[in-house]
Amino acid sequence: MANAWATGSGISSSSAPIEVAGLRLKRFGNTLLEPFDLEVSAGECVSLTGPSGSGKSRLLRAIADLEPHEGEAYIDRQSRHNMSGPQWRKRVGLLPAECFWWGERVAEHFSELDARLFQALGFGPEVGDWESSRLSSGERQRLGLARLLANEPEVLLLDEPTANLDRENRQRVEDLIRSRQSQRHCAVIWVTHDREQQRRVAKRHYLIDARQLREVAWT
Amino acid sequence: MDLIQLSALDLAIAAGLVVLLAGLSLRLALGIERKLLIAALRSIVQLSLLGLVLKVLFEQSHPALIALLALFMLVVAGYEVMARQQRRFTGIWGMGVGTLSMFLSSFSVTLLALQVIIRVEPWYSVQYLIPLLGMLLGNTMSGIAIALDNLTHNAWQQRGQIEARLMLGHAWQQAIGEIRRNALRSGLIPIINAMAAAGVVSLPGMMTGQILAGSPPFEAAKYQIMILLLISAGTGFGATAAVWIGSRRLFDERQRLRLDRLRAGK
Repeated sequence: MANAWATGSGISSSSAPIEVAGLRLKRFGNTLLEPFDLEVSAGECVSLTGPSGSGKSRLLRAIADLEPHEGEAYIDRQSRHNMSGPQWRKRVGLLPAECFWWGERVAEHFSELDARLFQALGFGPEVGDWESSRLSSGERQRLGLARLLANEPEVLLLDEPTANLDRENRQRVEDLIRSRQSQRHCAVIWVTHDREQQRRVAKRHYLIDARQLREVAWT
Repeated sequence: MDLIQLSALDLAIAAGLVVLLAGLSLRLALGIERKLLIAALRSIVQLSLLGLVLKVLFEQSHPALIALLALFMLVVAGYEVMARQQRRFTGIWGMGVGTLSMFLSSFSVTLLALQVIIRVEPWYSVQYLIPLLGMLLGNTMSGIAIALDNLTHNAWQQRGQIEARLMLGHAWQQAIGEIRRNALRSGLIPIINAMAAAGVVSLPGMMTGQILAGSPPFEAAKYQIMILLLISAGTGFGATAAVWIGSRRLFDERQRLRLDRLRAGK
């Protein structure tokens, strides 16, 4: 039944899932999670929540193929097996809760500086000269997002991207992600503990509970 | 000039000094007298054994026996490299990385020296092979141990930075490039310092030995120059191999950083 997916065929039978570009996980799991299937279409955002230590971050790391796990993953109907780790990670971008900087200046982490991208996150063009070791946690988070988006990933895995931000910057981040969904058809998995934010950014909501990934409906 | 033979009493006087030092350590509560005495005892036993083994090998000169001794030296050096690591590779790689790198560098450099430079007949002549290999292994061992320790230590410390680069789709070589270069530099600094100080501050062991044995000082100097150059080349290539194999081992086939392949040493 899921063969149509695996072969990348364009024909879908009535029993097959609706074919959508985006991210698809099949029998996916790790030491913290029972295997599950999940699809996030291009341009869609799903929220993910669960108690701390339940494995949200580990799940995102596994989807970005940063640590060993079980199951299959596809992007835009292409299996992860057909591309190298770096190729996959360039298309499936992870924004971790804590963003690390290896170079001395912010600009060293970008192949080109996009003033509009910086502006959308509340930075002037001079931000490239800033010392990366002096960034505040909120700046690290917003610039980490800029660094990731400059890479033009097709899937965004966001691990509490607004945890250290004030109201204004939180709004900027939400707007920027929304525009990436509508204009570049990014598929997004957004980890957050904030109920209001979940409602604002996503239509489908997932919860990790007792080693299971479950879809939850909120009214 | 004949070599003056040392008697047991001569050695006992030298040993007495170390015992005196151990007494001082006890008096000053340094707590290293036990270590000092064990190390001194080890060196006495090990060197005496080596002397006896070489004596037998000089008489027999059987290639298989020489190969066995060379192999034994390599394995012990490999173990030493592992023992000096704060974080070691799990499984066979713990000893494997260092041993393989030393085999590649020390053995090929020794072979080159014997066949191309000194042109000994036969090339496996014990008198040349074992001392040369010993000096190369001993120095390469230190360089590799330092470089590997530096590599694994920094990879552990900077895992966030390495993974940040992997997350952006950088290849593993890029992600660990700076750490790799630093590790290699750290492994090469001791031998660079040794070369810079040779003859000015320190009179190197081999030259000292040859002069004591009655060689003309200038001949001894030439041998020492050759050995120092070979050692630096051997250390450099060995450390390069070790850092390359080690850093490759830190990543898997999906180019994920695999720090679970390291375990804490003692």
